[in-house]
Amino acid sequence: MVENTIHATQAVVTLDVALPGIIWGWMITLNMWAKSIGTGVILVGAFLLYRHKKEDMPNLRWIMPLISFIFLNIFLLFTLTDLHQPYRMVNIFLHPHWTSAITVGAWMASLFTGLITVMMLIGGFDAFPEFRRHCPLGKKVRGMSDFYEKVFPFVVFLAIPVTLYTAIIMAESSARELWQAPTEVMQMMWAALLAGSAALIFVSDAWSRETRKDLALVLAIATFFSFMMYMGEYFFSFKSAEAEATLEYVHAGGSYNVEFWFAMVLGFILPFFLAVSNMKSDNKTLLRFAAIVALVGLYLAKDVWLKIPQMLPLS
Amino acid sequence: MKLGFLVDLNLCMGCKGCEIACKVENSVPLSSWRLRVKYIDIGTFPDASRSFTPLRCNHCENAPCERICPVSALHYLENGIVNVDSARCIGCAGCMMACPYGAIYMDPETNTADKCTYCAHRIESGMMPACVVACPVEANIFGDVEDDTSHISQYIMEHQGGVQVRKPEKHTDPKHYYVGGGTYTLDPLAHERIEGYSLFNNITHLEAVGDKNHGVLDRFLAPFTSHGHTDNKSFMNFDNDNKAHESHEEEGGH
Repeated sequence: MVENTIHATQAVVTLDVALPGIIWGWMITLNMWAKSIGTGVILVGAFLLYRHKKEDMPNLRWIMPLISFIFLNIFLLFTLTDLHQPYRMVNIFLHPHWTSAITVGAWMASLFTGLITVMMLIGGFDAFPEFRRHCPLGKKVRGMSDFYEKVFPFVVFLAIPVTLYTAIIMAESSARELWQAPTEVMQMMWAALLAGSAALIFVSDAWSRETRKDLALVLAIATFFSFMMYMGEYFFSFKSAEAEATLEYVHAGGSYNVEFWFAMVLGFILPFFLAVSNMKSDNKTLLRFAAIVALVGLYLAKDVWLKIPQMLPLS
Repeated sequence: MKLGFLVDLNLCMGCKGCEIACKVENSVPLSSWRLRVKYIDIGTFPDASRSFTPLRCNHCENAPCERICPVSALHYLENGIVNVDSARCIGCAGCMMACPYGAIYMDPETNTADKCTYCAHRIESGMMPACVVACPVEANIFGDVEDDTSHISQYIMEHQGGVQVRKPEKHTDPKHYYVGGGTYTLDPLAHERIEGYSLFNNITHLEAVGDKNHGVLDRFLAPFTSHGHTDNKSFMNFDNDNKAHESHEEEGGH
């Protein structure tokens, strides 16, 4: 900018008000991270069910919706907690504004969580008949086992927009040029596959070797493409002045530079090599380690990417 | 009708009268601003000058804040004003993330988003916005930009080629214009911040978004622990008036 680079025309702010700092902080990071797991296990679970027999993954039918249910509730809890007026969340349902991805996402995520809850109950009661006998709710859903299989394709289909809508919220945040819709959509998709495969690795002890190999494959592909996308965005987002200014600052060793590279190594590089090596040798401990570092790294990567564009003064 | 604002930066002398008038008219809390005047020094001594840039909501025709608001708390009025309904706002801060001009703040008293409304309540009563009235040099020009005979339209026509908006590349179609400005005043990337010699270092940031004493638990407990309303309704309450009158009499009031 000639206005502040040429000495003669140097422009300097000499009086202004305090500006807001980070507006969307760690709660939004946690929200996105938990949602990635909540939808990812469904997407990866569906892939495994398509590729393998149910007998290869005996606990998948009940544990997949259970993991999804837990993380979707973490996601919903932090969505609510981040609001400055949490009780007014109901306004999204009473006064919906459909151009907002927040509204569309809240409706879809609520429907998705509802269906996952039903699937979790059916799957759980079918897997543990003793529990069904002692639970009044179990008797009510006795004849609903078929419903699980009927609703599952719809749930898998719904998991895709529920995964992606946060990318559209970020794209609608037009003040933050770093977040562009196409790249954020792909980032969210890879994050869900990464988080879903990582979460399922923890419960795959009793599964066949081939299924674990597929989990490692999904983890490897997701970490590889996530890393490629971050690199592309980190080094080549120079088509908008604001994105360039943001990244230039981080490149130069500014805040979040260390966290970014830490995230890249932990979240993508390390788990990629661990997952690839595990496709040949079935080492459960190593695969679990890959899953842990991938999930930690994914959180850090999302945190950095959420916060860095918010440091740029808008006016 | 499409109401718009024009600021002639050649006239503005940075007295901040508009800023104070806005604060008073709209009871804007401490640490929040609907309108602020930014000082920018240009050049080096002896060829230096200072410019003053009043910054407020641009009331965009294609407002990103309106689009992202999940509950229509931010909405268009028929006269083009982008208004905010604090009673409906859920405090998600989506609008703060969407506004490319940083014109929206989280009110630390109500914990809802708020911003300049072009003094919609005054306009409804046939009055000009408070900042327009307060400006001693008439640098703030306000009116209907769709009416060719309005002062603002005439002013724009007189200064053709010299009228600018902030961040036109965002395609927000702002209804807030500047005359006598330049990139160095209107583009935040085109000037340095004195606090830190770069865009990011040591910029003075607000301590909190919204009320800093309004933590996560407080948000949920607020309806049960609030200390009652302090709105203007109490002044309209006839019974209250009577009681007040009686107590004044008893105490030999004034």
